[in-house]
Amino acid sequence: MRTHVKPIGKSVIVLIAFILIALLSAFAVRAIQAPDVNPRSDYWGSVREGVRGYTAVDFEPHEILIHNGGEIWREVRNGLIANIGPLIMAGVLGAILMFFLIVGKDKLHEPKTGRRLNRFSLAERLLHWTTAFFFIVLAITGLSNLFGRAVLIPVFGQGLFAAYMQWALWVHNFSGPIFLILLLIMFVIWVRDNIPKKIDLVWFKNLGGMIGKGPRPHAGKINGGEKAWFWVMTLSGIAMGVTGILLDFPLLVDQGRTILQTAHAIHAIVAIFFIAASFGHIYIGTIGAEGTFEGMWRGTVDESWARQHQDLWYEEKTGKSA
Amino acid sequence: MARMKFLCDVERCIECNACVTACNNEHDIPWDMNRRHVVTINDGRPGEKSISTACMHCTDAPCAAVCPVDCFYTTTDGIVLHDKDLCIGCGYCFYACPFGAPQFPEGGAFNMRGKMDKCTFCAGGPLPDNSKEEYRKYGRNRIAEGKLPLCAEMCSTKALLAGDGNVVSEIYRKRVMNRGGSMDFWRWEAAYPGEEQG
Repeated sequence: MRTHVKPIGKSVIVLIAFILIALLSAFAVRAIQAPDVNPRSDYWGSVREGVRGYTAVDFEPHEILIHNGGEIWREVRNGLIANIGPLIMAGVLGAILMFFLIVGKDKLHEPKTGRRLNRFSLAERLLHWTTAFFFIVLAITGLSNLFGRAVLIPVFGQGLFAAYMQWALWVHNFSGPIFLILLLIMFVIWVRDNIPKKIDLVWFKNLGGMIGKGPRPHAGKINGGEKAWFWVMTLSGIAMGVTGILLDFPLLVDQGRTILQTAHAIHAIVAIFFIAASFGHIYIGTIGAEGTFEGMWRGTVDESWARQHQDLWYEEKTGKSA
Repeated sequence: MARMKFLCDVERCIECNACVTACNNEHDIPWDMNRRHVVTINDGRPGEKSISTACMHCTDAPCAAVCPVDCFYTTTDGIVLHDKDLCIGCGYCFYACPFGAPQFPEGGAFNMRGKMDKCTFCAGGPLPDNSKEEYRKYGRNRIAEGKLPLCAEMCSTKALLAGDGNVVSEIYRKRVMNRGGSMDFWRWEAAYPGEEQG
C-alpha cells in the first residue's frame, strides 16, 4: 500500500511548527525579561524579624542579629511611661489638694479624752517606718532614673547628676530586695486584719464619713480605705519585687532582652501607680485625718479618735458601746 | 564631613572571626567580651551566610535615647560614642540596642554591671586623643591617627568595609555590578514588588 501525503497536510505541519516556535520564543523572552527573585530575600526578611543564628562569640544576645523588642521598649519607656506617668502622679496630687481645699481636714468631733488605746506595737511601727524609709528611697532614686535626664541634668549638670545616679542605682538595686522582704513580713502579720468584708464596701460610700453629712460607717481595726491601701501595697509591691529581682539579677535565669524589657516596663508602670497611691496614704495618715498619725508614731490613739474612725474596734477594745 | 559606616558584604564573609580577634587585640578588650561578632544564618545548611556585626553607629541611636545619664554623643563623623565617666552601668542601652552591641564587664558584688563597653569605630572616647587614659577606657583611637577601623582593614576577603558611607556604598555598588546581577539587596522584592534592582 502506498502512503500518500496530501499537500495540505504538509502546510498544516509547517503551520503548527511555526506557532510552536513562536510561542516558545515568546516564553523564552518573557523568562529572560522576568525580574529575578532574590533567592535569599525571605531569609534576610526573617533576620529582620529576629531569627536566631550561630555565633562563635560566647554571649547569648549576639546570636540574634537584629532584636526588635528594643525599639518597642524605647517607645514604651520614653513615650508612654515618661509622658503619661507625670500626669498620673500630678493628677493624684492635684485631686488630693482639691479634696483638702474643698472637704478639708477630718477633725475629731469630740475633745480628746486623754485615755489611750494601744493600736500598733513597737515591732509593727518599726516595720512600718523601715519599709516607708526604703519606699521613699526607692521612689526618689527610681524617679531620678526615669526623669533625671530631663529634670535634674539641666539643674546640676551631667557630671554631678551622673555621680548621684551611680550612687542612686546601687542604692536602688540593694534596697529593692530588702523592701520586698519587709513587704512580705508586713503581709504576713497584717493580712488577718485586712481581709475585705461587706462593711468595707459601705465605708467607701462616703469615704468613712469624710464626704457629706451621713452617719459614719462602721469599721473594725482596719477600715475600708486602709484595707484598700494594704492590698494596693501588697499587689504592687509583689509586682515591683518580682520584676525588680529579674532586672537586678540578669543572670538569675539567664533572662534574655525580651524578659528584661517587659520586666522594666511593668516595673515602671506599676511604680507610677504605687507612688501615686502612696500620696493618698501619706496625706490621710498625716494632715488628712486628725489623730491618725499618733497611731503609727506613738503606737496609741485617743479613745475619741477610735470612737469616730474605728467604732467596732473601739467597742472590742474597751467593752463600751460607741 | 564624612558619614562613617560599616558594611559587611555577605557574599564575601567567610566567618573567619579575624575581625573579632583583631578588634579584641587592638583595643585590649577584657576576656569574655567582644565588641564585634560574626553571626551565621542557616549555619551548616545550603546557602548559609555570615555577617560581621558590631555597633552600627545609628543616626537615631536607641541607646542614646534611653540613657538615663545622657552619656552618648555623636561625633561630626557620625560615630556614636559614650562617656564612661558618666556611664552608671544600668544596662538600658543593652535593652534598647537591636544589635546587642553594648556589653558590661562584671563589676563589684552580685555581678553588678560595670561601665558599658562597645565598638567605638576605633575612635576612642571623649578623653584626649590616644592618651593613656583613653586607651585604657576605650581602646586605640585610630581615627585620630588617620586610619580606619582595624576589623575592616584586617578583613582577608574585604567583606567588611568601614569608612565614609559614600565611598563604602560606591565600592559595594561596583561589586554588585561586577557580579552581573543585583540579587543581594536585602528584601528588595518586599520593598519594591515587581521592580528590578538597578
